Amino acid sequence: MSLWHKHQIFEKNSIFMLIGVLVVISIGGLVEVLPLFYLKSTIEKVEGMRPYTPLELAGRNIYVREGCYNCHSQMIRSLRDEVERYGHYSLAAESMYDKPFQWGSKRNGPDLARVGAKYSDEWHKQHLDNPRSMVPGSIMPANPWLGKTEVAVNEIQMDMKVLAFQGQPYSPQMIENAAKDMVTQATNDATDADGLAQRYPKAQSRKFSGLDGPVNEADALIAYLQMLGTLVDFKIYDGKANLR
Amino acid sequence: MAQQAQSTGAVGPTKAFSAGELGLVLTAIGMTFLSILIAAKTTSGPYAFHASLFALASVASVFAIFNRYLARPAEPAPQEINGKPNYNYGPIKFGTLISLFWGIAGFLVGCIIAFQLAFPALNFDLPWISFGRLRPLHTSAVIFAFGGNVLIASSFYVVQRTCRARLAGNLAPWFVVLGYNLFIVIAGTGYLLGVTQSKEYAEPEWYADLFLTFVWVTYLVVFLATIAKRKEPHIYVANWFYIAFIVTIAVLHVGNNATVPVSLYSPKSYIVWSGVQDAMMQWWYGHNAVGFFLTAGFLAIMYYFVPKRAERPVYSYRLSIIHFWALIFLYMWAGPHHLHYTALPDWAQTLGMAFSIVLWMPSWGGMINGLMTLSGAWDKLRTDPVLRMLVVSIAFYGMSTFEGPLMSIKVVNSLSHYTDWTVGHVHSGALGWVGYVSFGAIYCLVPWLWNKPQLYSLRLVNWHFWISTLGIVFYITSMWVAGILQGLMWRAYTSLGFLEYSFIETVETIHPFYIIRALGGVLFLIGALIMCWNIYRTIVEPAAKQERVPSGALATAH
Repeated sequence: MSLWHKHQIFEKNSIFMLIGVLVVISIGGLVEVLPLFYLKSTIEKVEGMRPYTPLELAGRNIYVREGCYNCHSQMIRSLRDEVERYGHYSLAAESMYDKPFQWGSKRNGPDLARVGAKYSDEWHKQHLDNPRSMVPGSIMPANPWLGKTEVAVNEIQMDMKVLAFQGQPYSPQMIENAAKDMVTQATNDATDADGLAQRYPKAQSRKFSGLDGPVNEADALIAYLQMLGTLVDFKIYDGKANLR
Repeated sequence: MAQQAQSTGAVGPTKAFSAGELGLVLTAIGMTFLSILIAAKTTSGPYAFHASLFALASVASVFAIFNRYLARPAEPAPQEINGKPNYNYGPIKFGTLISLFWGIAGFLVGCIIAFQLAFPALNFDLPWISFGRLRPLHTSAVIFAFGGNVLIASSFYVVQRTCRARLAGNLAPWFVVLGYNLFIVIAGTGYLLGVTQSKEYAEPEWYADLFLTFVWVTYLVVFLATIAKRKEPHIYVANWFYIAFIVTIAVLHVGNNATVPVSLYSPKSYIVWSGVQDAMMQWWYGHNAVGFFLTAGFLAIMYYFVPKRAERPVYSYRLSIIHFWALIFLYMWAGPHHLHYTALPDWAQTLGMAFSIVLWMPSWGGMINGLMTLSGAWDKLRTDPVLRMLVVSIAFYGMSTFEGPLMSIKVVNSLSHYTDWTVGHVHSGALGWVGYVSFGAIYCLVPWLWNKPQLYSLRLVNWHFWISTLGIVFYITSMWVAGILQGLMWRAYTSLGFLEYSFIETVETIHPFYIIRALGGVLFLIGALIMCWNIYRTIVEPAAKQERVPSGALATAH
């Protein structure tokens, strides 16, 4: 009986066919995905990474909601021109708290992995309201509704609880202070800014949108953009120690 | 709805609710209350809207099941009538027609976002129609709404015909097609209202994903149960591909959407994977959505409709076997080629690249098997534009499965990634392969389903073919030029060693190609509109009026 005849086992029995398919499709995924969870070299050891502050997290969720990933990557590849254009290539560690990851797959606009602290808050606000007023020739949609939409300050606590449940290092204290911390971070010269910076190192507090009134979506989004790529200090980062 | 032709006669059994009818009614009533509770308690407007939609759909399905019960005879629909299988075409007809609707919607949104990239004023400063929200609507509408309905409809047709058995289940096939389209509506409106996970091609939030899981498992059960009833000893090759498509999509969907919702009353969820692992899971899913949804599923269509239309057997049985197992094995490894030079570990990138290159072989094996099926029937390409469309789709399949491995090579990818070359590559596969093989299948299916001798007009098929082919050529070539141009500009250096172009200069340079691309898309849309007219006339025209096929080239397939 030739080998081809043996294939009839699959052709004559749908359950064998089903099991055969399941086995064959499992191998590639298991080999490529599983090691990423236990190989320690997958994520570099770096100083400075911390979970997002409540305001940054709210900003990130707005970034996710508006589908910014459709046009902006957050992944600087280890290529000469990218490193010179955008800064140090992105480390796996830098997106360790990203749910979901937002590395992107298309650059209709520039990479944003290190956009933090590159432009002023005013630039960002103006640019979100009317991109072409800051960058003539830009094809980005305007987002004028962000500054006019209030952020539900009290709801972020639930989000942080879920993230803590999934293993992110949000302490009970951080979760307890979530709403307060969000307001603090979106206030100029806030009294509790030190407490916030203690819980979240390098957290910057100011009214990011420049608009008076309660915390709005432009505050949150700009706070997120301004911290992107700023947590790891590359003056002290040892790339050689993390060769993979 | 289903066959109601049988009269029960006086001595038939008394009519009673079947277990399935009762179960579905109770489930729907439960869903109604749950949806109303969620709509009342959530603070999210879009989520309340979706919960209301669920509630409406649940109530409507209770009424539909009762109506159907009152109209149906006491006995279940017979498996055979006069010794011939009593095929169930209702859900297939619905799936075929709604795929046309979603196709037009998806192509139209594609044209809109193409023009938005050329002329950003078309975003109108409105959240609901800004590019970031419309682009997922486009991709989901064409892949899952258009492609998905074509796959479900064609698979329900093919599995019945090749097994010579009636579709399994009474309400289950209807639950699959209607439930799937409810999922589409929830997903699509969600994007516009800002409900999204922002994971490419997996944007719907947790509740839509959960609902789809139930629909999809039902789909698998209906499909396998129909195969179990088959009168043929062998399972036909097209059904192997359908099985692989259905079961693998289930695995991918669950793996990539493993989320924890913030609460029952929140549309927001957080994925359990994060960062680099989430990236790997995403492209394990994303690449195999291409591999199993857009390839294996449509290869099943190829393996049924091409031999049927050409009236020739599949070229090689052995090649089918090798093609099938090699394709599904190798595809699963190729995901990391979406992550070259990123923070994904190098070993994974290299594995992904190596397997992507090897994947070229089974892909072309499938192409050869499809094209060579035309052996001895090549002359039909002159007379039958539907067959021509099917064959050209295989040619596009060959082209894009050559381009894909090429682009997965790391040095090539360093230039092509993040540029419009990728977009062009995707569309040569999507418009040329998936689009054309779907159109070919629909052109075949509609006369068969509505029992017409042939299509209303083959000349219109010809027009559709040539207009959309011109559109595809515009699209692909403009994206090749735009992508390679922008990639080269990003890495261009002056003689002094500085980067030569700012980012915005590269955006301005490719503006003309964006216009050409948008026009290509419009041509493709026009072609599809011609198809819709043709299909409409085919269905409404009385059969007697339609002329017979000349020279037998288009003899009906059954």
